[in-house]
Amino acid sequence: MEFKTFVFFVLATIMLLAALRVITARNPVHAVLFLVLAFFSAAGLWLLLQAEFLAIVLIMVYVGAVMVLFMFVVMLLDIDIARLRHRFWSYLPLGTMVGLLIVVQMALVLSGNYFSAEALPGHSMPADYSNTKELARLLFTEYYYPFEIAGVILLVGIIAAVLLTLRKRKDTKYQKPSEQLAVKRNDRIRMVSMPAEKDEPSVDTAAAAATEKREGQ
Amino acid sequence: MLSLSHYLILSAMLFSISIVGIFLNRKNLIVLLMAIELMLLSVNINFVAFSHYLNDPAGQLIVFFIMAVAAAEAAIGLAILVALFRSISSIHVDDLDSLKG
Repeated sequence: MEFKTFVFFVLATIMLLAALRVITARNPVHAVLFLVLAFFSAAGLWLLLQAEFLAIVLIMVYVGAVMVLFMFVVMLLDIDIARLRHRFWSYLPLGTMVGLLIVVQMALVLSGNYFSAEALPGHSMPADYSNTKELARLLFTEYYYPFEIAGVILLVGIIAAVLLTLRKRKDTKYQKPSEQLAVKRNDRIRMVSMPAEKDEPSVDTAAAAATEKREGQ
Repeated sequence: MLSLSHYLILSAMLFSISIVGIFLNRKNLIVLLMAIELMLLSVNINFVAFSHYLNDPAGQLIVFFIMAVAAAEAAIGLAILVALFRSISSIHVDDLDSLKG
């Protein structure tokens, strides 16, 4: 057996076992960790297929960002596992039937005479071929428009995630710039008309008031 | 010698495992999201395998875009999950019946 074939079967076995544990693990934290293992073996498979850039991106973006996000959320939530696992295996026969059907259909199509996937040779690139450079060249020329749209989709994702989890505090003090800008002079100043001079009370009455106050004490 | 069918059958097996996962974990929203991630992974394996055997780098670019969309989807899905847990303190699918559907 060729070494590449051996590596393929080892990685494939690890990936399928990890996927099985993802869907059957009792603790969701373990499920996330097995998902990470599945992604790592998939990255290995992609290296076998000479897609180096995507293999690294899978590890950095998926394992490094998305799976950590999953881990955060799983640990954040206080989950009642016993209730979630109630009658866990009751749909297993139906699920297995559907799954087996998919695999058998795929195997039948691929092993038929018409698909002839066996005849396709793998293309080995020369040693100085840069997968990243080739992808970048395509991405920024032919696929520039989809690239921009992907950026917009990520932006929408950011804004939606922030808005969904935003909690408004009622006791926060903040400014309303629009109201501040639209303010008129009359909202701030009240003109009061009053006489410029006022009659002073006479000296006698002032003195009488003072004595009255002293006697009161 | 590895052929395209190896990869296609492998990804079909991964896809069917995640379908079984959706059947089994029908009450647990967070494992449902993980099963969807596994499905996306199996589709990506298909794309990369075709890209290698047909010698066409466009397949790998599609995987790139799928990853971008999947990251956005995971972020929004988890945000919805957190908002949901905050309002009803549960992620049990049976508790999501306020629309009386």
